[in-house]
This record gives sequence, C-alpha cells and structure tokens, in this order.
Amino acid sequence: MAKQEESGQSLNQIKKSTNVVFNIVFLILGVMCVIPLLFVFSISITEEEALRTNGYQLIPSVFSGSAYKFLWNERGMILRAAFMSILVTIVGTLIAIALDTSMGYVVSRRNFRLKKLYTWLIFIPMVFNGGMLASYVVVNNILGLSNTIWALILPLACSSFSVTICRTFFRTTVPDSIIESAKIDGAGQFRIWSQIVMPISKPVIATIGMFAAFGYWNDWFQASLYIQDKNLQTLQSLLNNIQKNIEYIANNPYGGLSLQQYKSSMPTESVRMAIAIVIIVPIACTYPFFQKYFISGLTIGSVKE
Amino acid sequence: MGNRKTSDGGRINSGKPWWKRWSRDDTELFLLSLPTLIWFLIFSYLPMFGIIIAFKNYRLQPGGHGFIYNLLHSEWAGFGNFNYFFTSNSFTMLLRNTILYNIAFIIISASVAVGGALMLSSMRNKRGSKVYQTMMFLPYFMSWVVISYFVYALLTPERGYINGIITKLGGERIMWYQEPKYWPFILIFLNTWKGMGYGMVLYLASITGIDPSLYEAAVMDGATKSQQAKHITLPAIKPVFIMMLILDCGKIFNSDFGLFYQVTGRVPASLYTTVSTFDTYIYAAIQSSSPIGQTAAASFFQAICSCGTILFANWVVSKLDNENRII
Repeated sequence: MAKQEESGQSLNQIKKSTNVVFNIVFLILGVMCVIPLLFVFSISITEEEALRTNGYQLIPSVFSGSAYKFLWNERGMILRAAFMSILVTIVGTLIAIALDTSMGYVVSRRNFRLKKLYTWLIFIPMVFNGGMLASYVVVNNILGLSNTIWALILPLACSSFSVTICRTFFRTTVPDSIIESAKIDGAGQFRIWSQIVMPISKPVIATIGMFAAFGYWNDWFQASLYIQDKNLQTLQSLLNNIQKNIEYIANNPYGGLSLQQYKSSMPTESVRMAIAIVIIVPIACTYPFFQKYFISGLTIGSVKE
Repeated sequence: MGNRKTSDGGRINSGKPWWKRWSRDDTELFLLSLPTLIWFLIFSYLPMFGIIIAFKNYRLQPGGHGFIYNLLHSEWAGFGNFNYFFTSNSFTMLLRNTILYNIAFIIISASVAVGGALMLSSMRNKRGSKVYQTMMFLPYFMSWVVISYFVYALLTPERGYINGIITKLGGERIMWYQEPKYWPFILIFLNTWKGMGYGMVLYLASITGIDPSLYEAAVMDGATKSQQAKHITLPAIKPVFIMMLILDCGKIFNSDFGLFYQVTGRVPASLYTTVSTFDTYIYAAIQSSSPIGQTAAASFFQAICSCGTILFANWVVSKLDNENRII
C-alpha cells in the first residue's frame, strides 16, 4: 500500500476509489444542508390553491409570484422590520467590536496591574452564569430596557469568548516594541489602542465583528423576551410572531375568530415562506465570503494562553 | 512611568504597596477597559445575585417601589422554592430529557465532526473539499426560527414534503407534531445537521496545521493510513477535542433553546414530556405568571449544575492528562 501511494503526487494520499466514496458522502451531506432552502423557496413561488390541493412539491405545479407581490404591497411592515434588523446589527456590531477589543487589549498588556483580576473576571462567566431568569430580571426589571432597541443590543454586546479571542490575537501578533515606542513618543493607551493596535488588527476585528453581526441578525430570543412593540420588530421576530399567532389560533380554535376571519388575518403559507426567504438570502449570499473569518476565530479561540 | 519597567516588560517589585506602584499607564488602561468592565458587572455579575430571588417569596410591596426594594423587603423562603421545583412532577422528566439529549448530542456531534474532518483532510480534490465545507456550513448561520420553517415545510401533516412522499408510496400520513416517538431522532438529527460544518472545520483547521513531514516519515516507515490517523492525526487534534468536550460538559444542563422550542412548534402539549428541557420550562414560566421565586430556583439549579459539571470535567481531564485541562 505504501508503494502504491509513493507513486502518487503526495505521500499522504488516499486511493482513487476511496476518494470517490468520500466525494459521494460529502456531496450527500452538502446537499442535505442546502436543499431545505429550495424546499422553502419553491413553496413561496407556488400558487396557494395548488398548495391546498397538491401539498408542497419541489417543482411547483402552478407558479405564482403572488407571495412576493403581497410582500411588496405590505412593504411598509417588511421594510420597517428589515430596517430594525439592519440597525440592530450595525449598531450592535460596532458596540461589540469596541467592547471586545478594548478589553482584549487591556488584558493583553503584561504590565497592567489589574491583569490577574481581569483574567478571572472574564473567565468566571464562562463557567458560571446567573441563568435565563436572572438576566431577564436585570434587563426587564432593573434596567427597564423592555421595548427599547437597547434590549436587543446590550445583552449580546460582549462575551468572554470574544474578549479571549482578542486577547490571544493581540498578545501573539501585536509586537510589544510598537507599543513601547509609541509610549516613548508620548502616546496614551487610548491612542495606542485606537490608532496603532486597531488598524493592524483587522483580521480579529473581522472575526469578532462577523460573530457579532450574525448573532444580531439571527437573534429572535431577546426580541421574544423583551419586545412587544410592533414598531421594534426585527425580521426574525416578525417571522417568530407570525408563527406564534398561527399556532395560537390553531390551538385555540374557538378563541373568538371564525375560520374566515382567521384565514384573512393570517399570511398564507407561501407568504410566510417568502418572508423566510427574505431573511435567508442576505446570509446565504454573504457567508461563503465571511466563512474564513469564522474559521480563524475558531482556531484563535481554541488556542490557550 | 518608564523607570519601573525592565526591557522585557517585567515589573521590578520595589516592595511598595500596590497603590503606590499604580502608574499613569494603569489608569489609562483601566479607563479604556471601563465600558467593558461595566458591561460585565451588569450583564454577567449582577444576574449572579439572582440567587437571592430563589430564596425569597417575591412580592410587590406597597408604595410602588422598584424591583430591588420589593425583593429585599420580601420574606425569606429558605429552600421552599427549591423544594417546590424538586418535588414537582416535571423535575425528573426535565432532568432526564436535558441530560440524555445532551449526551446524545455530544457523542454524535463529536464523532461526526472528527470523522468528517479526517475524511475531508485526506481528500484528493481540495477544491471539492472546500465546496463541501461551504455547503455544510450553511445551517450554522441559520437561526432556529428559520430552521423551524424548514422543518415545517417537511413535516406539516396536510401538505408537508415527507407526508407527500409517504402517501405517494401508499402509506398513511404521520401526524408528526403529535407523535412523541419520532422527536428524539428528529432533534438529534437537526442538532447534528446544524453543527456538523462548524465541527468539521474546527478539527480540519487543527489537522491542516500538522507538519507534513510527520506523515512523510510515517509513510517511509511503512505506516498504513489508519496507523497514521491513530498515531499522528488523532493526537494532534486531542487538545481541541478535549477543550470542546469540557465546554460541552459545561452545557449538559443547558439546552439549545431554539431547537427545543421553535422546531417542535413551541412545545405542544402532545410532545411536552419528550421535548421539554430546563430552558423551555424556565422560558414558559417567565412568559406565564408563575411565582418568580420558583422560576429562579429552577434557573439557579441549572446554573449551579453547569458550573459543577464543567469543573468536574476539567478535574477529570487534569487527573488523566494535566496538559489539556482548560482551567
């Protein structure tokens, strides 16, 4: 077997037949991960009547753009939710980057007198937290942030994980000599952080920025706890609320609405699937480009001190 | 400022008390870290004092005071709230579900991730391997709300794709959302499906970091593919594996809330005993009007157990192999 491989391009290679098997396995797994998008998309472009008679079909029996036309007519609601999603994502990501990198920089300084204390301060939340209820009480009862955009932004703005990623990055890639010479030139730590360290740390900023941005874009949980105001709905919470209402009515068939009212008040299935597509498309189009930052985050994050 | 530091960045301990050794540099760094410090104190440490709620019978006090005033003036409940939770009908069911699901998740996800990474790393067509990785990474970026729509499209009894196929083959429709027996498999499948791209790429990254000369030397010595995997690749990914394992153990009393809540269609009554976990229980309690002390007891029990398991896992690892512990 070793001889067989030596004749190949590299010593460390599998047989051609094994390679074919591996390709087939990963092709199946890969398709399994992507195809649900197609399921949802084809429902969104099928005529509602055809859905009722034929059920869902991968290739629609009767095409219809009415779901998207409906969304366009209701664009006020969709655009408002999209605006909220974008606003929360951008503001949240900027705040997250500022909080993570500043703390990461501070604990990466070997001379900082409180370094030990801070290291523990950041480590403890990784193993112990007050739990879902206590966080809810802090945000809702003590800070009174319910029904404000801050309830969506602040609880997710920082984490021990991302601070640790920044710390490791600064410690391994930012040379002490640069910082020392800036200090000799009279620069304060704030200037060193904002004008010297940040500009040469784009990879780590991209990494934690991506984690934060996807976290905010995909968040529905904070919204479901803290936001009742319809004007503050993000796309995810819009989708969540539609599903919640439908299930509520399905479970309470005599809850005051007649079947006719129910049908007219709820978006049709193709419309719901169309909203899902509106949320998925921005991510599905961008993640292949950002994937490498996630991977570098994972590998930096798994490096110990 | 400069005179107390040696060139290698170490400090000269001059024997002065710490506040006299505090420099302008320290002040600046402290100020720079202040916003994040405040964030940690409010959003990570303040909730830890939530333990008090679990030992109180929280009641609104007359006079319209704030939450903290009401809490401090409510009477102590001792372990009453915990007793209530431990003796409730749900407790053993929640404990069983949460732990068993997590054990299944950990074992299956770790094997899929390591196995997949080994296979990806040995593939001949690197470009193909990149494409597969990208495809498998997609579910990681989808929220559970969106995935619940995927699942709904497949499983909804009247129109869903799967029942469509079943009826076409002459079978009976399955009322998926009312049949508890399928859900352990569905949940385990979805958890694996969502995380496999992430897991494989994580291990792949440490495999690609291995010095290729190790493999060359092994081949020279006549090592087979499986011997190479056993003696080179697996030891190389062991640190990451153990770190992930310890962190997963720390989550054994937690559950991915969206998976259990969104995907099942908000834990319908028919699935209640199969898919409820501590998190769905606590969330439902927050949304309802059940006494906050009892909810806090459940929430706090979960937090204590998580902390205990992560420290225990770390202790076990430190006994077996001190280098790989994380604390």
